[in-house]
Amino acid sequence: MTALIELDHVSRAFATPAGAITAVDAVSLALGRGEAMCLVGESGCGKTTTGRLLTGLLRPTGGRLLYEGKDVWLTKGADLARFRRAVQLVHQDPYASLNPTRTVFQTLSAPLYRHKKANSSRQALAAVTELLKRVDLTPPENFVTKYPHQLSGGQRQRVAIARALTVDPKVIVADEAVSMVDVSIRISLLNLLLALAKEFGVTIVLITHDLAVARYFARRGRIGVMYLGRMVELADTEALVTDPAHPYSAALIAAIPEADPDITRSKTRVELRSAEIPSLLSLPPGCTFHPRCPLSEAGLCDVKIPELLAIPGAREVACHVAVRERTGARAAVTA
Amino acid sequence: MTTAILARPTLGQRLAGPWHASVEFLRLLSRRPVGLAGFIGIVFFLLLAFVAPLFVPFQNDPSLVDIYQTPSAAHPLGTDFQGKDVLNQIVFGGRDILTVAILAALVSTVIAITFGSIAAIIGGRIDTTILAITDVVLTLPKLVLLIAVAAILRPTSFVFLAVILGLIQWSSLLRQIRAQVLSLKERDYVEAARSLDLGLIHIVFREILPTMRSYIAIHFIFATTDAMYAQVFIVFLGLVPVSGSNWGIMLYFAQGQGALFFRDSIWYILSPILAITLVQLSLVSFASALEDIFNPRLRGSA
Repeated sequence: MTALIELDHVSRAFATPAGAITAVDAVSLALGRGEAMCLVGESGCGKTTTGRLLTGLLRPTGGRLLYEGKDVWLTKGADLARFRRAVQLVHQDPYASLNPTRTVFQTLSAPLYRHKKANSSRQALAAVTELLKRVDLTPPENFVTKYPHQLSGGQRQRVAIARALTVDPKVIVADEAVSMVDVSIRISLLNLLLALAKEFGVTIVLITHDLAVARYFARRGRIGVMYLGRMVELADTEALVTDPAHPYSAALIAAIPEADPDITRSKTRVELRSAEIPSLLSLPPGCTFHPRCPLSEAGLCDVKIPELLAIPGAREVACHVAVRERTGARAAVTA
Repeated sequence: MTTAILARPTLGQRLAGPWHASVEFLRLLSRRPVGLAGFIGIVFFLLLAFVAPLFVPFQNDPSLVDIYQTPSAAHPLGTDFQGKDVLNQIVFGGRDILTVAILAALVSTVIAITFGSIAAIIGGRIDTTILAITDVVLTLPKLVLLIAVAAILRPTSFVFLAVILGLIQWSSLLRQIRAQVLSLKERDYVEAARSLDLGLIHIVFREILPTMRSYIAIHFIFATTDAMYAQVFIVFLGLVPVSGSNWGIMLYFAQGQGALFFRDSIWYILSPILAITLVQLSLVSFASALEDIFNPRLRGSA
C-alpha cells in the first residue's frame, strides 16, 4: 500500500529570542486512505506543529512532506492548490476558527462558490444543507442564518468540520478538535469523525493530549506518541495500550484514570526519575527522555539518539533498551 | 424559511432588505442615547448643508443699513459686516466644508486600508518600504506641511483641497490598520480560509476587513473631523483663494473685519464656530455608538 500522505524525516525549527528550538525533529509518519490515527503527547511535544506540517500550513525546515508520492513543497500552482484543498485542518478552538461576522451559510458557501461546486444560491443552499446534515446539525434550516455566537461550542465545531468538508478533503487533521467542547458531546464528535473516515475514506489524524480520547478514537488504527519533538512510539492502539514498549508511553498509559477506583489503585505506576520536562531550548543529549526514564542506561541513552525502529508486534519504537529487549541482543550492539 | 432564501427576491423583498437593515440600525442606535443624538445632529447638518440651500434664496447683496445687527426675527443670527444675513451664510456655507471633509476622509481611509493591508499581508520588502514611507509622513508636522502645500499649489477647487488633505492624513490610520491585519491574519479562521484556498481577495475583503468594520468607520469619522479642522484652519489663514461661502471663509472675514471687537457682532463670529463645533460633536458622539452597531452579537436578536 502506498501512503496517501507521508512525513519523511520532517523537522521544524523556530527562531525564538532565547535561541532556536526544534519543535519537531525528524518525524516520519505514513498514512493510508481512510485511516483514523491519533497523535498524543503532552503540551509542547510538537504534536500541533506536526499537524500544521501535515496540512502544509507550515514549511518544514528539514525533510519532505509527500502527498500521493510527490513532494508538496516542490509542487506549484494547480498541484499545490489541489493539495491544499485535499488536506484540511480543524482547529482546537471553535470560538476562534469561525469568523464572527459571517453566518453559517456564508462560511460554508464561500468555498463552494470558489471551487465551482455551486454556481447559484440554490445549489449552494442545497449543498450547505447536505453538509449540515452530514455533521448532524439538523434541521439544517435552523442553522444556515446563524452567526457563530448563536451556536454552542459543539455546534461550532460541527460547522468547522462541515467547512473542512466543503472541499472534499482526503485528509483531515483535527488539532485537539474535541478538547474544548463539553465532555458530553465529545463522543458524538469523535463518532462523526470516525464515520467520515469509514464512509468517505477520509484519512483523519486526531491530535490530542488525552490518551483516553486517543484510545477510543484510534481503536482500529494507530497511535503515535510524541515527546519533545520526536516520535517515540508508533503502534497499533491495542498493542500500545495493553503493552507499551517505550517507557514514556508506559508512563502515559499508566496515568490514565480508570472508572473503577480499585483498578486505578491496583495499577502499577511507572516511576519516573523526574517529573520535570526538559526545556526545548536545552534538550538533553542522546535520548531526550533519559533524564526521566526508569530504564535509562548511562553511556548509551545519554549519548546516542535512538532511531524509530520497527520491532515485532506491529509497532515502531525509539528506545535503545526496549528495542534490545524485544528483538534480542542482536540489534543493540550497533552502538 | 428555506424557500425564502432560495426564491429570487421580488421588488418588495429587495426593498425590505435595506428597510430591515435601517430599522435594525435605528434599533441598535436607540440603545445608545448619545450616539442617537449624534446621528440626529449629523442628519440635521447634512439636511442643512445639502437640502436647505435648495429651498432658501441665497442672499448676497450687501445692505449698509443692516451692518452687525443682533439676532432678530428678520435675521435669526444677526448680520455681518456687510449687512448680510448670517443664518443664510451658515446654510450655504456647510456644503463645501462637509463635502471636502468627507472626501478627504475617504481618500485617506482608502489609502490607509489598501496599503495597510497590503503591507501586513504580503510583508517582506513591500512591508518595509510602505512602513518607511508611512513613518516619514507620520513625522512630518501636518499643519506646517499643509500650509506649505496649500501655499505652493494654491488649490482652487475644493476637490483638489480634499485630495491634498486626504494625502496628508492617512499615515497613522495605515499603521493601525497594518497592526490590526497583522493580528487578524493569524486567526484560525483566516488560516482555515487559506487552507480552503479561498484566495487573497476573499481573505482580505470577506474575512479580515469585515471584522474591522467598526474600527474603520470610527476612524473614518475621526478623519472627517480632522479634515474639517484642517480645512477651516487653512481657509481661515487665507491660504486658499477666498471665494464662495463656507464657514471657514466666514471666520476669515469675521476675524479680518474685527468682528471680535464689537459686542453686537459676537453672533457673526460665534455662528460658524458653533456650527463647526456641533458637527464635530455630532460626529464624535455618533462614533461612540458604532462599536455596538457593527457588533454581530447585537444584530438580529430582536
